[in-house]
Amino acid sequence: MKNIIRTLTEIIGPSSYEEIVADAIEKMVSKNRKLEIKRDVMGNLIVRRKGGGKKIMYAAHMDEIGFMVKHIDKNGYLRFAVVGGIFNHNVIHNHVRFTNGVEGVIGIEEKTFNWKEIPSAEKMFIDIGAKSRSDAEKLVSIGSLAGMKATFVEMGKRISTKTLDDRIGCAMLVKLALSEIKGDNDVYFVFTTQEEVGLRGAKTSSFGISPDFAVAIDVTDTGDTPECHVMEVSLGKGPAIKVMDGGMVVRKPVIDFMKETAEKNGIPYQLEILAGGTTDAMAIQTTKEGILAGVISVPTRYIHSQAETCDMDDVENGVKLLKAMAEANFSKKVM
Amino acid sequence: MNEFMKKLTESAGVSGCEEEVRDIIIEEIKPYCDTLRIDKMGNLIAFKRGTGEKRKRIMLGAHMDEVGFMVKSIDDNGALKFMTAGSIDRRVLIGKRVLVGKEKIPGAIAYKAVHNQRGEYEVLPKVEQLSIDIGFSDKKEAEKVVSAGDYAVFATEYEERGDIMKGKAFDDRFGCYAIIELFKTKHKHDIYGTFFVQEEVGLRGSAPSAVSVNPDYAIVLEGTSAADMPHEKDEADFPKMGEGVVVTISDRTFFADREFLDFVKRIGKEKKIPFQFKQPMIGGTDAGMIHVANGGIKTMVFAVPSRYIHSPVCYASKRDLESMIALAKQTINNLK
Repeated sequence: MKNIIRTLTEIIGPSSYEEIVADAIEKMVSKNRKLEIKRDVMGNLIVRRKGGGKKIMYAAHMDEIGFMVKHIDKNGYLRFAVVGGIFNHNVIHNHVRFTNGVEGVIGIEEKTFNWKEIPSAEKMFIDIGAKSRSDAEKLVSIGSLAGMKATFVEMGKRISTKTLDDRIGCAMLVKLALSEIKGDNDVYFVFTTQEEVGLRGAKTSSFGISPDFAVAIDVTDTGDTPECHVMEVSLGKGPAIKVMDGGMVVRKPVIDFMKETAEKNGIPYQLEILAGGTTDAMAIQTTKEGILAGVISVPTRYIHSQAETCDMDDVENGVKLLKAMAEANFSKKVM
Repeated sequence: MNEFMKKLTESAGVSGCEEEVRDIIIEEIKPYCDTLRIDKMGNLIAFKRGTGEKRKRIMLGAHMDEVGFMVKSIDDNGALKFMTAGSIDRRVLIGKRVLVGKEKIPGAIAYKAVHNQRGEYEVLPKVEQLSIDIGFSDKKEAEKVVSAGDYAVFATEYEERGDIMKGKAFDDRFGCYAIIELFKTKHKHDIYGTFFVQEEVGLRGSAPSAVSVNPDYAIVLEGTSAADMPHEKDEADFPKMGEGVVVTISDRTFFADREFLDFVKRIGKEKKIPFQFKQPMIGGTDAGMIHVANGGIKTMVFAVPSRYIHSPVCYASKRDLESMIALAKQTINNLK
């Protein structure tokens, strides 16, 4: 599992450039020859474990927040626009890596930078070691995309690196897709695109699949670091069943089903109420005539930084819970 | 003088009140299309059957509406209080001529004369403090010709000087104009010319059109901001007037599909059509709604760079408009 996470988090895949992530996932899941694999117009990777029962859609997003080149100056420095919710104070002097493998560091205009304020991205630049515009143009062009460079750190059961949001969800679905799922449910593992910029891939893929039940697998904040905001979610206490976040309220039948399934299978869980932010489930819930949707979250500290941190126990238990839900007999259950 | 451009840009079509623009478009495009319909939102959808065997469905989209004003109430002294529809820099308003309502009653956005102020001109008044003066001094008189809910537009006359066009509502009558031009020639693919309502107030018209047309590809044709003033700093710049059609890589609402974008870049280079890129991740167009409609639609945005958009006076280059039409035409014709 750790290897899958490590491989997937090391890939650079900012919103709209998810192909490399999709290729890696496709290679992993294609070991299970029973799966049908396709991609849609928005670049979503759709992996289906065909069945005659209810249609279940599991969604984890492949994209990450990043940087898009908007200007190359005469000395070869790159000015950039941010893609998704970058926290500007997190990225100064970070290493970045472009989708084509070019690496660099984020610098800041020294003269205009006031250390007491969070600087705007306009005051930053990326240094890729180029000495001139023409030198830089050999490596990147306007529109090139970069992400933070991964540094994978292990701390006992805890791991820390970039883009656990949401390669952790992708890794969990890979693991699940490779396992033997019992029952006859028609299970779709959807690796979505452009979540960080507006849940866009989830919107079109859920429209195409039209599932009976959908679950987004993503990260959520925690309330267990010194002097942090109050939140009843901690690392290591189990995957979180979302009740509400900044974009959706999960319907009670969905929460009850998730809780019952966890309890029946002896899987620890926590209930999550997240003040800000949302997931693909928000877009899915209001697709077509409405879709029953929920979220299984992996408690994660320092989200949207180079050092997102989670606990492997929560990841393993999350996979168990997702598996149990995929195997549930929905014909007996009204949800 | 391009008389049709004059008619199209001088017509009034503030968001929610696009009928006049729509009627002009209908009259012009009718001879060149197979069917023509108006949907429930008020969008106009023209269809032209392709001549080819294996035909793709291609949607060309432009919005009919423009930024402008709506009369909110009439003061006892006959002055019209108003709201803006769409984003307008309030610093461009004072002293500008406008046309109010269906009858196009001439008026001006008024504020106290400099003599009647004590240094107030140092401070920028809010829109609520401004009013449109149509020359009455009494509410009852004004009510005979205007009522709350009436729209108003800038009273700008279209003019040309060589390659340069001057006028209002270039965002997005240029797109409307381009679609009509593209309908005048035969294409191998099926073409849907979709003219949207209410773009300026939240991209409202395009989603229903995209859902019902459900095309294989969509091209949004727009007027975009040009800012080719000299810069002190060596940093990202806006598109420049006269340097070709503007192609969007990404904005707040949309990323261009990379394969489609590479295809367009190749076509532009091969056919020697000048193009430039828009600064990434800013602004937004109907493409934001269209590309995620249904199961997803491959979408592209082309635009004519225009100085001072959303103001009473815009400047743009005829060559850029021609480049936009040429790039759209070549893109359509070369899609397999």
